[in-house]
Amino acid sequence: MPSALQLLWLVPALPLAGFLANGVLALRRPRAKHAVSIIGVGVLLAALALAIVIVLAFLREGTPGPLVFPYWEWMPVGELHVTVALQLDQLSAVMLLVVTGVSSLIHVFSVGYMGEDPGYARYFAYLNLFVFFMLVLVLGASFPVMFVGWEGVGLCSYLLIGFWFNERINADAGKKAFLVNRIGDVGFLVAMLMIFAHTGSLDFQPLFAQAPKLFTPGGPAVTAITLLLFLGCTGKSAQIPLYTWLPDAMQGPTPVSALIHAATMVTAGVYLVARCNVLYALAPVASAVVAGIGALTAFFAATIALKQWDIKRVLAYSTVSQLGYMFLGVGSGAYAAGIFHLVTHAFFKALLFLGAGSVIHALHHAYHATHSREDAQDMRNMGGLARHLPWTSTLMWVATLAIAGIPPFAGFFSKDQILSAAFSLGDVHPLWYVYWLLGLLTALLTAFYMTRLMLYTFHGPNRTGERESAHLREAPWVMTGPLVVLAALSLAGGALNVPALLRGREWLEHWLEPVTAVAARLRPGIEVPHGTEWALVIAAVAAAGLGIIAAVRLLRPEELVPARLAPAERGFARVLWKKWYVDEIYDFLFVRPLIWLSREVLWRTIDLGLIDGAGVNGAARLSRALGWIGSRLQTGQLGFYVVLFVGGVLAVLWTAVR
Amino acid sequence: MSLTQLVFWTFSALAVVGAAMCITRRSPVASALWLVQTLFSLAALFVVLDAQFIAVLQVLVYAGAIMVLFLFVIMLLNLGRAGPSDLKGPAGLAVATLLGGLLFFQLLRGATPSAAGTRGGNVMAQLQEEQGIVGAVARPLFSQYLIPFEITSVLLLAAIVGAVVLAKRKL
Amino acid sequence: MLLGPSLAVSAVLFALGVAGVLLRRNAIVIFMCVELMLNAVNLTFVALAQSLGVAGQIFVFFVMAVAAAEAAVGLAIILAIYRHKQTVDLQNINLLKG
Repeated sequence: MPSALQLLWLVPALPLAGFLANGVLALRRPRAKHAVSIIGVGVLLAALALAIVIVLAFLREGTPGPLVFPYWEWMPVGELHVTVALQLDQLSAVMLLVVTGVSSLIHVFSVGYMGEDPGYARYFAYLNLFVFFMLVLVLGASFPVMFVGWEGVGLCSYLLIGFWFNERINADAGKKAFLVNRIGDVGFLVAMLMIFAHTGSLDFQPLFAQAPKLFTPGGPAVTAITLLLFLGCTGKSAQIPLYTWLPDAMQGPTPVSALIHAATMVTAGVYLVARCNVLYALAPVASAVVAGIGALTAFFAATIALKQWDIKRVLAYSTVSQLGYMFLGVGSGAYAAGIFHLVTHAFFKALLFLGAGSVIHALHHAYHATHSREDAQDMRNMGGLARHLPWTSTLMWVATLAIAGIPPFAGFFSKDQILSAAFSLGDVHPLWYVYWLLGLLTALLTAFYMTRLMLYTFHGPNRTGERESAHLREAPWVMTGPLVVLAALSLAGGALNVPALLRGREWLEHWLEPVTAVAARLRPGIEVPHGTEWALVIAAVAAAGLGIIAAVRLLRPEELVPARLAPAERGFARVLWKKWYVDEIYDFLFVRPLIWLSREVLWRTIDLGLIDGAGVNGAARLSRALGWIGSRLQTGQLGFYVVLFVGGVLAVLWTAVR
Repeated sequence: MSLTQLVFWTFSALAVVGAAMCITRRSPVASALWLVQTLFSLAALFVVLDAQFIAVLQVLVYAGAIMVLFLFVIMLLNLGRAGPSDLKGPAGLAVATLLGGLLFFQLLRGATPSAAGTRGGNVMAQLQEEQGIVGAVARPLFSQYLIPFEITSVLLLAAIVGAVVLAKRKL
Repeated sequence: MLLGPSLAVSAVLFALGVAGVLLRRNAIVIFMCVELMLNAVNLTFVALAQSLGVAGQIFVFFVMAVAAAEAAVGLAIILAIYRHKQTVDLQNINLLKG
């Protein structure tokens, strides 16, 4: 085996080392920003370079099967042997490149964006730690190792959402993300235990090789396992019903939103489903649920995004919606298409978030310069920024066209493949036509709300303020540089997997074939005639075009007023603006009863009454009562003691002498 | 009834009578003197039981030293006359009789000599014939039991010091 | 060989000693009753030593030494208590009261 592959452990180890170094710096020398930048970005660039070298070596090797590198035994308990092992196969190679690549760019961007923050070193320490856990997640060779990464990224997400924890709203958002994710993680854990109970192994390679023999296709066991795994995915990847944490997670710094809550961590669920493709192929019902939840989430989140004013919240709901697309893809058995959309989405959504970050940065500086207390994220305070931020504006238009699905941008190819995969299953069950239709409507809505975002932000009159607009400036090159790279990737990313219909080579599809081969055998894809396929492509593009045109024709950026003067929304717009009141419904259905249960039953009754009252104080009272009785016996009268003493001796003699 | 048995029973009776009188006399001095009778009777019993050396010690240490000490203290504290509440009332008497009686029966039940107790014959008489009355006790005392013997001296020293410290008005 | 009768006499003496402790209130007399109990035990030792070997007699020797020490210290304590409370009646001494 060539030596480069042996260095796989170094890829996650580098960010871990960066975390340790930056963590020490954060505690000892928080002002050493140069050192922090060099370490924080350096380890990521080194990891990226190493990842490229390793993937190239893997390509040269040409082995179809996964390469597993066991390092040490972690939990040898009876029949359970959990080894800390990393695994490199086609799927994790893709994820490896995406994670290290996008992370590197966002680290570079952060140097500019977070440059003036007092928590600079802490920020980079968390960010490095996140990359470490994310790499463990995608490289782990067994469920427990993956779960370490899974929980680790959740922890980093929590830490970074609440990065500015002096404000209560940020800390609350972090807590919400953490708690909602816990619900999903229970599903993951139970699924893991069930897998072990049924197969006796938690390592990916033997498990997936044996799975078709061990599970009856469509049986209750595999369906339960896959549905529970998907419950974990809905938590981590923000799908219905557990998506509510992601929009709130926008309280974190914008590069964090780009990295964790758009490009990498939230796609972990998609990765998990793609990784377990054999199991999902064995459970058609679970797959249909995955696709259905995905399609529904995509549509539902897109409707909410229509009426949001916070630029990051629009992008957050857009992320939820696009993740729904990915689940629609993997649920339809088009694992390559799902992963493909994951990759392209990582590019254009990271670009959108970083662009938004650049806008927020500019507005924040402008308001800072004039000591104004306006909201730097509200689109009603923007407008006409294309004049001040030409680079950001142009690059974000590229991303908008990509996410809308206009050819030849990356999003067109990936979205189209997902939609045609869903449509092709319509022959199996008409339900899939509904999914396809939802997907198509979502494409329209996506184009609409993204155009709306661009129009309100960059075009029309400026609403920032007379004095402030003089201070609006393009961000420095450390911030625009990553944007340019991401824009190039958003533009050309589609080349990874050009469909055969357009005389493409379907490179990613073929590349992932070794991973999905078993699933493809179990659940062969349905060929759609060329004519239908063309019709589907045209429908998708038409929907996107319609969305953009409708937005341009219907929206009037010049009629908007700044946020502080704006009237409240009314009617259906208010329902959308209030996010269909889902948070309020959850609050009423789950949060309040839970708080009531905790406060009244668990705290007042059980904790204070039973444990403190009967248990702790009861024990004290009991011993005091016994002590009181005992002290009554201590009369101080020797005669009495002697009587007791002789009585005791008699008792002893009675039993001792036979 | 042989002479030995006669002597034994006579002195047993004296000892028991002495003890009974000791616990029932109101006056502490009378109690002490009845106790002296019991101790002397016990010394006689020791002689009958082939423990002549112990008998001598009994007379010297108990009847001589310890009882004199008791009498000294009684007289020192001027307790010669009987106090009003020295003996407990009928209830106390009932309890004492009941518990003492029960204890007696328990002890008697346990004190029935088994075969093991008399198996070896009269070992002491044999030893005394071989080594002499004092030698039979002295030899093991100064060889096998030397360390306890020496520690006893420390105990006595500690008792002397303790008694002085406790009894003296001012140090 | 008078083992059985000796043990019986010893039991009588011991029970009388216990009864005395239960019956009396005067500290010195109670102390004397304790000595009586010790002597009852000594009689047992000596009686058993007759057939089981000289160890019993040596034990009696040590018991006497301890009794002597105990008498000295005990009487000193009684003296000290008397000085403190002007009585040796145990009814009036209840320092152990809880």
